[in-house]
Formats: sequence, C-alpha cells, structure tokens
Amino acid sequence: MSKFVLLNNADNVFICCQAAKAGESVCIDKLEYPLTTSIDVGHKIAKKAIKNGQKIIRYGVPIGSAISDIAVGEHVHLHNMKSDYIPSHTRQSLVIGE
Amino acid sequence: MKGFLRSDGRKGIRNTVIVAYLVECAHHVAKTIVNKIDHDDVQLIGFPGCYPNDYSLQMMEKLCTHPNVGGVVLVSLGCEGFNREKLLQTIIDSKRPVETLIIQKCGGTKTTIELGIKKGTAILNEIATADRAELAIEDLVIGTICGGSDGTSGISANPAVGVCFDMLLAKGATCIFEETGELIGCEHIMADRAETPKLGKALVTCVEKAEKYYTKMGYGSFAPGNAEGGLTTQEEKSMGAYAKSGASKINGLIKPGELPNKKGLFLMDVVPDGEPMFGFPNISDNAEIVEMIASGALLILFTTGRGSVVGSAISPVIKICANPETYNNLSEDMDVNAGSIIEGKSTVTEVGETILDQVISVASGNMSKSEQLGHKEFILTYKAFNDTGKPIAIGPSCLR
Repeated sequence: MSKFVLLNNADNVFICCQAAKAGESVCIDKLEYPLTTSIDVGHKIAKKAIKNGQKIIRYGVPIGSAISDIAVGEHVHLHNMKSDYIPSHTRQSLVIGE
Repeated sequence: MKGFLRSDGRKGIRNTVIVAYLVECAHHVAKTIVNKIDHDDVQLIGFPGCYPNDYSLQMMEKLCTHPNVGGVVLVSLGCEGFNREKLLQTIIDSKRPVETLIIQKCGGTKTTIELGIKKGTAILNEIATADRAELAIEDLVIGTICGGSDGTSGISANPAVGVCFDMLLAKGATCIFEETGELIGCEHIMADRAETPKLGKALVTCVEKAEKYYTKMGYGSFAPGNAEGGLTTQEEKSMGAYAKSGASKINGLIKPGELPNKKGLFLMDVVPDGEPMFGFPNISDNAEIVEMIASGALLILFTTGRGSVVGSAISPVIKICANPETYNNLSEDMDVNAGSIIEGKSTVTEVGETILDQVISVASGNMSKSEQLGHKEFILTYKAFNDTGKPIAIGPSCLR
C-alpha cells in the first residue's frame, strides 16, 4: 500500500498514512518525485503543481490558499498555505501567512 | 442494559455521588472529602468564581441533576456569590439526597472534611438501592468531541464516530456534536442536512457567530499540536471535525445545559452570544465535555489524533485514537484503535461498529479506559448567552 492516500478525486493534495523520509520517492501520475523533506503521518504533499493564490483542496473542498508556488510532491503546510478564515498559530507565534 | 431510573424519567448509566465546591475557596475541602472516601462513584465538580453568573448556576443545576448522578454534597465557604440556595432547591426538587456543608458554619477545614466524609458515605449507601430500569438504545444520549486532532483524525476516528452516530440515530438514540468554532467552513454543507430551512439558517448563523468571536480573540480553535500533526488551517480541521456528526439529518440546535427536546441529532452552540466577555468560549476540551454532559450526555465519544488522556466527572469518556503511531504509543489510554483505518487494516464502517459495541459495553456498566485510570477531569468557567451581551437564562431559546 502507498504511504500516501487521495481522499477525494477533486483534491490537489495527498495525505501521508505512513511516515516517509526525505529522499524517498513518491509515485504521482506514473512519475517518481523524490521527497525534499521528511513527511509525518497526517501531513499533506502536493498532487500537482499549485500556483500562489490557488485553493488547496482536501475532502473535495477548499481548506485554504497557497501563499507561494508549490511543486508536485512538496510538503503543503504553514510555510506555503494559509487559512481563508482565521490565521493559524504555533507555540512560538501567530502564523499570518500574508 | 439496565439504567438508574430518575424522578424525571431519564435513566443514568452510572450512579455517582457528586461533591461540588461552590467557589475556589472550598475546593480543597471538597477535594479532600472525595479523596478520603476514595470510591470510583464519588466525584468532584465545582465552580471557582466568586461572582454570580447565570450560565454557571444553570450548568451546576443541570450537572447535579444529571441522570448519572444519584446524590450530591455541596461544599460552600459561606460568603461566596454562588446562589447555593437555588442549586440546593433544584436538587431537592429532583428527589436526590443532598447535603450542604458551609465551612464558615461547620467550624473549619478539618471539621467540614470529617462531616463531608460522613455525609458523602451515607449518600453513597443510600443510593446503592436506587431503582433500576431496562435501558434501551433510544434512552441513550451520546456526545462527541475531538481533542488533539491531527491530519489523520478527519479520515479515521471522526468518520468512524459519524458511522456510529448514524447507527445510534437509526435505533432512536439522541446524539450531540459541538464546537461551532470547529465547524467554520462547513456551515453551508451542514445547513443542507437541517431538518427544516429555518434550522439550516440558524446553523449557518451560529457558525458565523463563532467565526466572529474567534476572529476577535485572535486565535481560532486550533492548537499548535494540530499543526504538528499535519493540519494547516481552521477550515481543514473543521472538515475533519465535522465528520463526527455522520450523515443523518440534523434535528435541532441547543445551547449548553439545554436538554434536547426530542430524539435525534443536535448541534450544540457553545460560543457565547454578544461581544466577547469572559475570554475563549471553551478554554480546553473538558469544558466542552462538561457542557454536553449538562445537556444530558450519558457518555462521550472522544476522538484524538495527537493523543488525549482525559476522562470526565459524571459521564464516562470513550477514547478513539485516529493515528496508528499515537495508538502504539498511548494504547493504555485508548479504547478503540481507529488508526487501523490509516494502516489499511480495517474500514471506517468496521471501526464505527466497534465504537457502537464499546458504547453498549460502557452503558452496561463496564468501565472505559479513562474511568479505569481514574480520570475524572472537570472544568467550568464563566460564560454569557443572549443577544446583547448581558447574561440571561440559557435556552430554551432555540428551535423547537
């Protein structure tokens, strides 16, 4: 079984079901992409290239917007996407994402 | 299943003696009474504030007359603002045995503790012979909450609870889901499930209220651990949280402490009305659990990805772990392993059925993991519900 799952056909991200290490390759649309960072269970990677400002789709619905261009296979998280509702925060600070 | 039949016709799945402090100043005395009696069914709850607040009074009235409660010992310092007379009358009216201990009148800490142990033990013995009655699935009121969510919660534990809710509702039970701040982004798809268009509109309005409230507070209902677990935004967390509600029709909207007026699925509107007055709507998971218990929840289904270990006073908590790595790490605290879905070893429906079996087992008297481990957390803080920001009575303001 793949370490990543697609929850909805409309999604542009995969969800990690088994931790994967940087350098491991992921097969997306029959092409191999090496992971540039380690990905933990529950985290997202891009299924396709996502442009700055484009919506991130999970469960078939938007869960926020990209704040930079995101490459296929790249980790999608606080550093490259933001909420369209309320800013997220970490223990250190508020992540405004603008 | 057998339940404890109460005078209002509701049935409990536990028969506890509640020792309740009515201000922080009485907390130590109440806690010591509970610790010295040292019995699973003698549990501590309380309200720390000295300023009166209609919400907390009504919450305490609902909690002390909850079907899982057989009797009560109230512990008052004596000079606090809490309306202990009103609370006492409500408990007397419910035909439960109750004692009030006023520390300033009893002669101090030691004397009150000794008296409390005596009174608490007497009530425990008295309620041991409480009436039992046949308990059916349709007598059950089940609440659900997620805590320490991560990127797996929305694809394993939460939809599995949704499946369990659908099965319970089909058998005539009452189910409650909550935290409108964790439904931000789902309001319109949720409104489509409302029994009536009027309710649909009310569901959207209460989520919009939550969004405004949390925006003003500066933080969403989103903890750093959520981000560490792969969730990036409030709306991503919301979609996952929403899955707990299943796919059944939504029959009503209630406020904390308000009892569902019929069988079915209810959303609890936990966000205070008006301008923010007392801070975050619920400062931690147990505050939400307490509100669902006040609305009659006999049992709580708690899903967690990062791994929460809490239980609750009054009603048992069943923990459903979403993440297989967390389950391996914290299995001693988890009742159900929904992480098996992530590993591809079981389906969402199979885990939903396992949760239903667990509900029936715990409702029949078997202890959940958190009960066995002695978790009986409780927290109650200030809140206000109305349209202008002034505290007024909670419900029944909602849709009938």
